[in-house]
Amino acid sequence: MKNIITVNDLCLWYGNHQALHHIHMDIPKNSVTAFIGPSGCGKSTFLKTLNRMNDLIDDVKITGEVRYNNQDIFSPSVDVNMLRKEIGMVFQKPNPFPMSIYDNVAYGPRTHGIKNKVKLDEIVEKSLKDAAIWEEVKDRLHKSAMSLSGGQQQRLCIARALAVEPKVLLMDEPTSALDPISTAKIEELVTVLKEQYTIIIVTHNMQQAARISDQTAFFLLGELVELDSTKRLFSQPKEKRTEDYITGRFG
Amino acid sequence: MNGRKHLVEKIMHGIFFILGFVTVACVLLITIYLIISGIPAIQKIGFFEFIFGQEWKSTSDVAKYGILPFILTSIYGTAGAIVIGVPIGFFTAVYLAKMAPKKIKSGATAAIGLLAGIPSVVYGLVGMMILVPGICEWFHLSDGASLFAAIIVLAIMILPSIINVSITALEAVPKEYEDASLALGATPEETWFKVSIPAAKSGIAAAVVLGVGRAIGEAMAVMMVSGNAPNMPSLFESVRFLTTAIASEMSYSSGLQQQALFSIALILFFFIMFMNAILNYFLKRGKER
Repeated sequence: MKNIITVNDLCLWYGNHQALHHIHMDIPKNSVTAFIGPSGCGKSTFLKTLNRMNDLIDDVKITGEVRYNNQDIFSPSVDVNMLRKEIGMVFQKPNPFPMSIYDNVAYGPRTHGIKNKVKLDEIVEKSLKDAAIWEEVKDRLHKSAMSLSGGQQQRLCIARALAVEPKVLLMDEPTSALDPISTAKIEELVTVLKEQYTIIIVTHNMQQAARISDQTAFFLLGELVELDSTKRLFSQPKEKRTEDYITGRFG
Repeated sequence: MNGRKHLVEKIMHGIFFILGFVTVACVLLITIYLIISGIPAIQKIGFFEFIFGQEWKSTSDVAKYGILPFILTSIYGTAGAIVIGVPIGFFTAVYLAKMAPKKIKSGATAAIGLLAGIPSVVYGLVGMMILVPGICEWFHLSDGASLFAAIIVLAIMILPSIINVSITALEAVPKEYEDASLALGATPEETWFKVSIPAAKSGIAAAVVLGVGRAIGEAMAVMMVSGNAPNMPSLFESVRFLTTAIASEMSYSSGLQQQALFSIALILFFFIMFMNAILNYFLKRGKER
């Protein structure tokens, strides 16, 4: 399989505090990669490095390289807005804009210059269908997105991210604020979406990682301890620290 | 022991109630007093004569009490100040809340605080010394004291409230909204104008209304730069506002003239009550969301 993202020797500092230590990682196309690890282990920080959302924080220093389709994302020639269009993101807390459902999904395409109403209608419908929420909202597209339940809001946010046709979808603990039924829906969605997209998901929930991912990365104290196929990582971890974590001895 | 504690609590409760009541009582007292003392003149002059009369000749033999010039001057003056002050204040707020480096932001915020603290007589003085002669020269007028000068001074005076309230509204926009927009590949500018500002719009509207309230109630500074003649308003004419009409004649007025001044105060009071009601509406709507 072809790798869509390659990370070489990535280090990251917040001020004087080193949050990521020499990360190496390959992410194959059309796969689901899960990041697991205790709170504060750097998995979310690493995720946000991949679409350069860390640029927004003051006093961040990054060394090493991240290649997306063989292009270094930190190179000055990279347009960060185009990078973020290609590498979409879904956040931990559902964060729809305080606008209508339709406008939420149409926001991205409009930003990237699509004005044609017919085209926008098409994109909105397709994105909402892909995010498995079309049936629930098709009769109230012009109602406020705030009127949806938490689980629906999160799927709307997924639809919003899909509307700009990304290649990679970063998901930062997308189900941690949701009930079990909504969680199940999103997990199911992830396994469908990987046919078209490459998905990287941070999760606190090891069962979730085991259920939906192809490969799993275990982070601890800013280090990538182990990266392997999900099956192997959970059945025969090579590292003692991984074994301790997945068997619940700490974390 | 318990009983004593209870008693102390009751006394404290009573004290706070009385203190709170003082404020409310003041508002009530002013309202009632204004209505009682403002109504007679309106009755004597006639409501339409008073409100729509175009001439104010309170000291002539055949006195005329038409306050339309004052009402229109107050409305035009306030509108002018808003037209000039709101765009400047709004973009300053966007800059300070979203773009400015920390050092510039803290410096500018301090300066704006200072601007808010300058007494209005000082605004009037500076306007009188610099603005009025300036206008006189630029526009080749015989006298620069005019509605235009008052508009400029008012526009500057309302800047601090507009900027501060807008900044608060913009900073209250959850960072999650902005992150979501940026993560979709929108530029920071697109994010501010399409997400942050719409999300803050009720707060920004409140800032505008607050500016209107300040402008319409200002007396001292506008009196010093507007010439204070009771003409129908025109940009480069000497004009008189509702506030300045009261302030300039009250000290020597008597009889019907004095009563008419109270009636002007009553009209002004209604204007400001109306603005406050609008302000509350926006603030409440902002909170509900």
